[in-house]
Amino acid sequence: MSVKQISVFLENKPGTLMGMTEVLSRNNVDMRALSLAETTDFGIARFIVSNVLETMTILKDAGYVSSLTPVLMVEIDDKPGALNRVLGMINEAKINVEYMYASLGSRSGKAFMIFRVQDYKAAQASLRGAGIQVLSQDDLQDL
Amino acid sequence: MERYYQPEIECASREQIREIQNEKLKKQVQHVWDNVPYYRKKMEEKGVTPADIQSVDDLCKLPFLSKADLRDAYPYGLVGMPLKDCVRIQSTSGTTGKRVVAFYTQHDIDLWEDCCARAIVAAGGTDEDVCQVSYGYGLFTGGPGLNGGSHKVGCLTVPTSSGNTERQIMFIRDLNTTILCCTPSYAAYLAETMKEMGLSPEEIPLKAGIFGAEAWSEEMRQSIQDTLGIKAYDIYGLTELSGPGVAFECSAQSGMHVNEDHFIPEIIDPETGEVLPDGTQGELVFTSLDKEAFPLLRYRTRDVCVLTREKCSCGRTHVKMAKPKGRTDDMLIIRGVNVFPSQIETVLLNQGYPANYQIVVDRVNNSDTLDVLVEMTQEMFTDNLGEIANRQKALVEGLKSMLGIKAKVSLVAPKSITRSEGKAVRVIDKRKI
Repeated sequence: MSVKQISVFLENKPGTLMGMTEVLSRNNVDMRALSLAETTDFGIARFIVSNVLETMTILKDAGYVSSLTPVLMVEIDDKPGALNRVLGMINEAKINVEYMYASLGSRSGKAFMIFRVQDYKAAQASLRGAGIQVLSQDDLQDL
Repeated sequence: MERYYQPEIECASREQIREIQNEKLKKQVQHVWDNVPYYRKKMEEKGVTPADIQSVDDLCKLPFLSKADLRDAYPYGLVGMPLKDCVRIQSTSGTTGKRVVAFYTQHDIDLWEDCCARAIVAAGGTDEDVCQVSYGYGLFTGGPGLNGGSHKVGCLTVPTSSGNTERQIMFIRDLNTTILCCTPSYAAYLAETMKEMGLSPEEIPLKAGIFGAEAWSEEMRQSIQDTLGIKAYDIYGLTELSGPGVAFECSAQSGMHVNEDHFIPEIIDPETGEVLPDGTQGELVFTSLDKEAFPLLRYRTRDVCVLTREKCSCGRTHVKMAKPKGRTDDMLIIRGVNVFPSQIETVLLNQGYPANYQIVVDRVNNSDTLDVLVEMTQEMFTDNLGEIANRQKALVEGLKSMLGIKAKVSLVAPKSITRSEGKAVRVIDKRKI
């Protein structure tokens, strides 16, 4: 089980990001993590929510182009060296990280890292084998 | 089985067509000489009289008429009949400057509608068909022309005119419309909308479309045909000559038969005015053979195309004109290079982008810039920035190899480019020269 990330196409110009957050806000969508990637003329907003299908429908109705991608959402300690340890394991499994971003956990002392890798199942197995908590979509409800 | 509206004319031998043209041309030149002082003066300046025009071979002796002449002579200067005998005017859509007004007698309207009827029958139309005319009605010739043609064929005619897309689709579904007539860009929009509504080609009753009044690419035809599950036929015409139906496509879908019993086409070098041989690209010129009220001789259309006289599989004998590559006045000169919007469209559709695009030309620091705005689609989108950027790069390279100059490609939000219900606004030229 992985977490499904929503990616949305946005033009890189004033107000477009807000246009999207306005739609999400109006529909009471709670984002667990968010990152932006951009070129000079367009960008991609990537984020994690618990109610994925509902959010996709909301975005589609509002005219956005979006896609779903399985990503790894890993809970780590909010302290020096924690990220390094996880990356070490992913590296050992010879898995390439395409991109990643962070989000603070709601439990004190914890943080979340979101990894986009080609073979998320292999990465997940290797991390879980080492006792690291990899979240599933259902876990998001309880955060 | 190929069907014809007027088989005795559409499939006449070349000798018969030639004879019809020779006869009509002599009469027409005399009619113009007697009734249109504006053109008579042009002939006199060139030292030509009606006696010099004995056959189609003498056509090249006659002076040209241009859009500028039509503006000069506006509104009545080129009218060849007393106004009491004229029953209608139509006017150009004004996409390329000042409007032109053309006049018709009842005879002129009849022959125009015959031409449109030939096009509808060539697209498979019979009196069993429901023909929805979604071209604009009014001054624009698209609506009235196809409406008249549809009546002549005996189709049940649905005169929706353009716009109100929801109502268009409602009629298509409720009345089981089988033939759709509109601009190709509006057909593409209707197709896109029906696809979004979840309608499969099998659920759409349409079987044929007659699309014209603007340049469109072969790729766009393919995309419309696939989405609507129809055969899409091109139709060509211009208000100055009557309207749609000057030429139309047959089942071969490889060029449009010019209605040569009414119009003689020539291809000329736009610079020198010299007549070019068949198969050579140049500017299309038409001589109308039996228009009474607006009898234009050697009218320069500014459309760039090629004529071919190879035998057509449909059995029609009239010369075929290729899909115009664009109008000489649609042609953009960017950094000294000739660019037609249709070339850009070809590259986009080849790479899987939709036909919703806009071309913005500007001048920055004395150098022309070419920006192509393309809408992102659900199919093209991924969470991978690099992949999208690579596709964008492929598009830039495709455009570079097609046009010979570099264009900037901007990916824009879906539906951010305004949809057109008539002629699409493809080009925004911001240069002030």
